[in-house]
Order: sequence, then structure tokens, then C-alpha cells
Amino acid sequence: MLRDITIGQYFPGKSVIHRLDSRVKIILVVAYIVMLFLATNPSGLAVGILFLVLTYGISGIPYKMILKSLKPVVPIILFTGVLNMFFMDGEIIFQWGFIKIAKEGVLLAITMTIRIICLIAGTSLLTYTTSPIALTDAIERLLSPLKRLKVPVHELAMMMTIALRFIPTLIEETDKIMAAQKARGADLESGNLMQRAKALIPILIPLFVSAFRRADELALAMECRCYHGGEGRTRMKQLHLRYYDFVASGFVLACILAVVAINLLVPPLF
Amino acid sequence: MKDQFLQAQHLSFAYNTEEGETPVPVLRELSTAIPKGQFVAVLGHNGSGKSTLAKHFNAILLPQGGTVYVGGMDTRVEENLLPIRQTVGMVFQNPDNQIVATIVEEDVAFALENMGVAPDDIRRRVDEALKTVGMYEFREHAPHQLSGGQKQRVAIAGVIAMRPACIVLDEPTAMLDPKGRREVIGTIRSLNREFGITVVLITHYMDEAARADRVIVMNDGQIILDDVPKKVFSHVAALKEVGLDVPQATELSYELRGAGVNLPDDILDDEEFVRELCKLLNKREGEGC
Repeated sequence: MLRDITIGQYFPGKSVIHRLDSRVKIILVVAYIVMLFLATNPSGLAVGILFLVLTYGISGIPYKMILKSLKPVVPIILFTGVLNMFFMDGEIIFQWGFIKIAKEGVLLAITMTIRIICLIAGTSLLTYTTSPIALTDAIERLLSPLKRLKVPVHELAMMMTIALRFIPTLIEETDKIMAAQKARGADLESGNLMQRAKALIPILIPLFVSAFRRADELALAMECRCYHGGEGRTRMKQLHLRYYDFVASGFVLACILAVVAINLLVPPLF
Repeated sequence: MKDQFLQAQHLSFAYNTEEGETPVPVLRELSTAIPKGQFVAVLGHNGSGKSTLAKHFNAILLPQGGTVYVGGMDTRVEENLLPIRQTVGMVFQNPDNQIVATIVEEDVAFALENMGVAPDDIRRRVDEALKTVGMYEFREHAPHQLSGGQKQRVAIAGVIAMRPACIVLDEPTAMLDPKGRREVIGTIRSLNREFGITVVLITHYMDEAARADRVIVMNDGQIILDDVPKKVFSHVAALKEVGLDVPQATELSYELRGAGVNLPDDILDDEEFVRELCKLLNKREGEGC
């Protein structure tokens, strides 16, 4: 039952977006977020939306995945929207007691909502098209300048890799422990919340014990294979920038320039 | 003694226990030497010190008394640490707990990346290692999609990618099914035969030990028997005394001998047993009984 959980939200594929260098992808997503916040009027945001439509189209990720990615953040979107609506002064279009809604407020709420939706959808595209291991790798390489500031970049990336590696193993283990405890008469499914939480203890304790034992053995095995930290380490897979990495970067840059141009030509909304 | 590759001299070791308690010695004044290219099986019941001995051969544990030399390098010298670990690869019992990366080929590359080998060389050596253990077509799989025997072979590939002169395997088949065991033992034997890699195989399975060049039997931190399999397994009573079994064919011939049947005392496998028994029966018919 637990085995159905997928790690990350990676959808394997062969599209150009999948093949983009993961470092470039991370940087472009950051650039895209900057672009969304540069856009101060509907035309600018339209560029952001068009960008999404196009990139999802190219990557072959179904558009309904956008909705799926938005689901967990619906409360935040609503909260931001509503809050912006009430706290903007201007031409009053609705008043009830002390609550008043200005036209500007409604417009601001709409732009903020669109902005957040685009932001979530854009970052989701990154996790949809990049495997967790490639992401970890890219993060390690992008953050490597921080090594000079004594940030343990390699260690952090190693921890992420090992965590990803052991998730399926530990899930399998949890399955086994659950079956073993059920065989001894453990009741995991009935009772109220407290009772069910308590029933988890006999599962968590053996799981933790075995996780520590695994950690011990893994450390030993790593030492046997000459692991001595990130110092002097090389990598088998070198990341190379290809022409489409430059094309994609150029495209994002063009979009940002377009948004800036629109800002200059079209007067801002408020 | 230049040709002796692994050498332990008067090796003593005890694990740290709670304060106040006297540490229980695990290895006691143990001396042995293993020449290059030999296939050595180490037998012993739980707690006999065989895993502890294995961990001394690649400087995971350092001797508390005596010395260990790997290819002439003293394991207690700090600078020798990485060269020793490259020379003596180690494979453990649980394949799940020794695979580091999420992709097979990345895991095989792990040791080489640690050693700072150039990327192109890593690629070549990873492919070679995977082909040697017959796992090349699985190079892009995730470890959890593989069977136990396959995972263990990946672990072996990860070690041989370092091109070690010796591999120490600590009960590599204990958690595998019979098919996985056959795969792994076959791989180990071919490494020994075709590539001349020295193999130290710690095992519980007598049939695995019976096919080695040499068998070392340990008990209570000391070596009690050390000889070719045929000689070692002829000491059936001594082996039973320290809680070890002998191969089934050996045991049967031992019992038959006890009952007065005139069988030789160095039978190791079924085929040999059948041959000897037929010989005996033919002889009896010839005598007309």
C-alpha cells in the first residue's frame, strides 16, 4: 500500500525541457519568478501565462497537472486574494458597514492571485521535468561557491541523495513491520485519532532502530569505498551546456525584456 | 615473505565495553598470511571473530596488539589508509545498506568519484565493472528495483571498479535466496580465476567453503584449522565441536565410516561421494559378497 507513493513529482520524459541542464532550469525558474513580480499590469502577466502554456505544451506535461500542483496552496491563494481586496483604498464599489471594497482592491487581488498561480505552476514544472537526483546534483553545483563560506554544500547534497535512496527501502521496511505487528494482533485501523496514533508506536520504534543500524552499516560501506568527504571528489556525469540551454535562457530573457517594455509603454494599473 | 599479500602478526583486538567491565577479547594473538591470488574461505560460528578479522584487512579496525600488513603497508599508518582501502575492497552482508546512490551506475562510480578519478576514466571503469558482474544492462535501474542477488552484484561491481588486488566479503550470501547465492558465488569465483583477485570469503555455507583454495576455521579469536578444504573437512569431529557443520556428503561419509564402511575421509561433494561409493560397491561385488 505504501509502495504507491512516488518520490517528488517527476514525470520522466524526453522533451527539450526534460533535457535542459538542471542548473539552467533552476536559474530560469528564479528568473521567471522575478519576471512575474516585475509585471505590474495585465499585459505583463499575460506574458507570464503565455510562457506557462508554451512550456507545459513543450514538456508534454498535461495541463491538468497545474491544477494538481495548486491544490495544496488554495488556502494561501484565497487568503492573499481576499486580504488584498479589502485593504486597498480607492473608488468604492461595495460597502457594508465598515467593510468596503475598492475597484483597485479587486484588480490587485486578481493580479496577485494570477501571480501566485503562475509562480506555483512554474516551479512545479521544474520538479515535474527534473529527477530528484538531477535536482540535488544541480543544487550542489549551484551552491558550490558557498563552500568558501564554510557552508557544507557537499554534505547537504550527500544527505539528500542518501535520503532519496533510502525512501523506498524504508517504505518497504515499514510495510513489513506493519504486517508483522498486525500478525501479532496490532489494530492499526480502528479507534479515534489518539488510539490510532498510539498504535503507530510499535511500528515507529522498530523502524527507527533499523534505520540507525542501516546508517551505521552504510557509513562503514562508504568508508570502505574511500569516502572522505567532498574534498578532491570528481563526478562521473559532467553537466554540459548545450545549444538548447542557451535557446531557453534567451527565450526567458526575451520574456523578461518584453515585460519590462510593456511596463514602460503601458501605464501601470495603479 | 614478499609474496604474502595480507599478513596478520600476533593480532589482538577487543571491542570497547561499558566502563568498569573487562573488555572481551575478540581476536587473540592471531597470525596468518594470505598470498596473492588465493581464494580463502573463513569459517567460524557467530562471535568467533571472523568479521573482526575481515575488518582489519582494510583498516576499518586497527589492531590493538600486533600488526596487519596489506601489500606491505602497515594499517596503523594514517597515510596508508586510502591506498589500503583501494587495495582491499570490502563487501558486506546486507546489499541494501551498502548501495549509496539512487542509480546503479552512479553507485558503481561512487568509489571512483571519491578517489578523484577523471570523469572519462570513471565512465570506462564503471562500464567494465558492470560488465564483469553481468549487470551492465541494469545500469540505469534504481537499486530497489533489483533482486537481492543483483543488488549484491552491484555492490561487488562498486568494489571492483576500484581495481582492488583483493576483495574481502563478509557473508555476502547470507541474505540471499539460492538463486542469488549462485549468482554471487559465480561472480566471486570468476573474479578470482579470471582476474587473479585475492578473495577472502567469510561464510556460513560449507559448500561455498568447500570450493575455495584454502579454508581457515576460527574459534574464539584464534585459528584452529587452516588447510585445503579436503584436509579441513576431514576433521569432522573438531568442526562439530566448535559448532560448525561439514558439507552433507562429507558428513554422510563420516557417519558411514563410523559404521564400518571403508570410505575415504576427504569427500567434499555429492559427485565424489557417489563415485567413491560405486568404487566400493564394485570392489565388494568383485570379492563376491
